[in-house]
Amino acid sequence: MLRISRELVDKIIEHARKDHPDEACGVIAGPLGGDRPERFIAMENAARSPTFYEFDSSQHLRVWREMDDRDEGPVVIYHSHTMTEAYPSRTDISYANEPDAHYVLVSTREQDTVEFRSYRILDGSVTEEPVDIVE
Amino acid sequence: MAIEVRIPTILRTYTGGAKVVEGSGSTLGELIKNLDAAHAGIGDRLLDGEKLRRFVNVYKNDEDVRFLGGLQTPVADGDTVTVLPAVAGGSR
Repeated sequence: MLRISRELVDKIIEHARKDHPDEACGVIAGPLGGDRPERFIAMENAARSPTFYEFDSSQHLRVWREMDDRDEGPVVIYHSHTMTEAYPSRTDISYANEPDAHYVLVSTREQDTVEFRSYRILDGSVTEEPVDIVE
Repeated sequence: MAIEVRIPTILRTYTGGAKVVEGSGSTLGELIKNLDAAHAGIGDRLLDGEKLRRFVNVYKNDEDVRFLGGLQTPVADGDTVTVLPAVAGGSR
């Protein structure tokens, strides 16, 4: 299960809407060994594409180092799909390399609603999980 | 000659759980061969034939080695090499 504050959910959705029609991406850091997303970090999509995302490699190093210094890990890794459903694609699954992360997918394909779903992706296998939004 | 190599979570199965290991070599290519000799199988996760894998980021100190010379990037005692699998994906 992903337990996440309403404030963080809203930040993810706002980022996805802002970058639409390109895919938006980012990470929410939280204390290592725990499962609480706390610190929102919007990442630059180096691909700047409506169908692909990739963390900018220099920013990736900076953010990962910073998390390491702060004893944090990537609790949530999020990105948006702009024309398809909020479900992990084949490439999403191939490149899911953080075994402890909750992979959040948002879809901005509809103007007036947003799909927000979360998954665990381990060894190529996807399991959807419930999202508990804490107000 | 000791080069510090920082290993991402997903590759620590090759290093017995170690987050940091040491290696030697005067180029990144040699360093990877050296790492693979000590931690069998790790080479294949970093290399695609004779090149670095596309979605694995390798940094020498603060820079992505793609901008430095790829596998020919010179490395020396005191350098830190960091490996981070790219975070990427898409609609397909």
